Amino acid sequence: MKKIIKYVMTDILRNRIVLVYTVFLLVTSFSVFSLEDNNSKGLLSLLNIILLIVPLVSIIFSTIYVYNSAEFIELLVSQPLKRKAIWLSLFTGLTGSLSIAFFIGAGIPVIIYQANAIGFMMIGVGILLSVIFVAVAMLAAVQTRDKAKGIGVAILLWLYFSILFDGLVLFLLFQFADYPMEKAMIGISTLNPIDLSRILILLHMDVSAMMGYTGAIFKDFFGTGTGITISFGVLLLWGIVPVWLATRKFNRKDL
Amino acid sequence: MIIASNVSKQFGKLKALDNVSVTCNKGECIALIGPNGSGKTTLIKSILGMVVPDSGFITFNGNNILHNWQYRNQIGYMPQIGRYPENMTIGDVLDMMKDIRGHKGALDEELIQSFGLDTLMKKRMRTLSGGTRQKVSASLAFLFDPQVLILDEPTAGLDPVSSEILKEKIILQKKLGKLVLVTSHVLSELDGLVTQIIYMQEGQLQFHKSIEDLRADTGEEKLSKAIASVMLKAQV
Repeated sequence: MKKIIKYVMTDILRNRIVLVYTVFLLVTSFSVFSLEDNNSKGLLSLLNIILLIVPLVSIIFSTIYVYNSAEFIELLVSQPLKRKAIWLSLFTGLTGSLSIAFFIGAGIPVIIYQANAIGFMMIGVGILLSVIFVAVAMLAAVQTRDKAKGIGVAILLWLYFSILFDGLVLFLLFQFADYPMEKAMIGISTLNPIDLSRILILLHMDVSAMMGYTGAIFKDFFGTGTGITISFGVLLLWGIVPVWLATRKFNRKDL
Repeated sequence: MIIASNVSKQFGKLKALDNVSVTCNKGECIALIGPNGSGKTTLIKSILGMVVPDSGFITFNGNNILHNWQYRNQIGYMPQIGRYPENMTIGDVLDMMKDIRGHKGALDEELIQSFGLDTLMKKRMRTLSGGTRQKVSASLAFLFDPQVLILDEPTAGLDPVSSEILKEKIILQKKLGKLVLVTSHVLSELDGLVTQIIYMQEGQLQFHKSIEDLRADTGEEKLSKAIASVMLKAQV
């Protein structure tokens, strides 16, 4: 398995996209921190950029990469290797390189400017988001044979998690404005890893004081140790479940 | 050595394999023959575990191949269309396969030399012609000195010189007591090479005979004529 990971990693590093992604994150992070006079404000701006860019790059790049490695996968499957090992090596190679890219691009600037609990939490969330969206991409890629369709599904999934989900939540909130929705909102927010990450970090910033009653309820939950543990647990599940489903599917796939 | 029992596989509405049972033993050179789309490649891919049969099972040396992967150590496979990572050079691909296989015994690099691939090691896979790709596939199949060779249309796209080299190599392997499975449409090439014939049509196994029996049954000396007479008989 180590050997396959090695080949996947060298192949990804030879591909310039990950390098461009790293440089882009580096430039954005440093410029955001130097634009704002207050570092925690800078972190907030960076959070919004990261929550948009990291899932997008992770899901699109991984989907295309899996489709482009079809030959490589086919070659490996006819060799004395476990299918599970092939698939998980692909996953590890992708998450490894994208997480490293994120860590260098956004993690190092955050450590330089904001080396505190929120800063480290943001690095953790960013890496988890990379893992989650690689996992979702692999599930999308294994389900559809057609490349164009698979990439389309990946883009739609990103749109859903980044934009459509928020719209749905707003719609729900307006529809049920007369009912106490605050507690249910915590449950709903776990359905979207991006929202969960956003709430988790926002509530540990000073701006959370401006979020009103819902913010107070959220703070009650996400502010505590158990809340943070549960949220990270849910984020981990968001990574593990798609990979598990995709591996099961890949084990039975005809090549 | 390889036993398939009642293997069936369906792709959508198409029955690619319909209750196929075959037994392949050591030292045989078996030709898989049949029209396009008769399920030859699907059968080969099932033996390799690349296609999972809907029903029935395949054993390799007495072990069921389902969820088993070590058995592929003993198989050299040459696909019909060799597809390789486009960015790698021939040398990279060969090195990667050696690395992944972790083969302990001696490597059989004879074909690499006789095909002249050793002078092309730095070429990227995407720049190769179809024939050169086939040469790489063939070299990889023989490289690890496997007990079983599965060759899907081995001579398609090869020039006459190279396909003669490959044929010589196959005959040599047969003499060494290995099992060779070949599919081909060029029946004249199989003369003097194969010992047994498996004939498939629309996913069904029509017959599995030794070449002597086939000659006796049809009264034809040449394989192509013998098969043609069988096909005609089937139509009548």
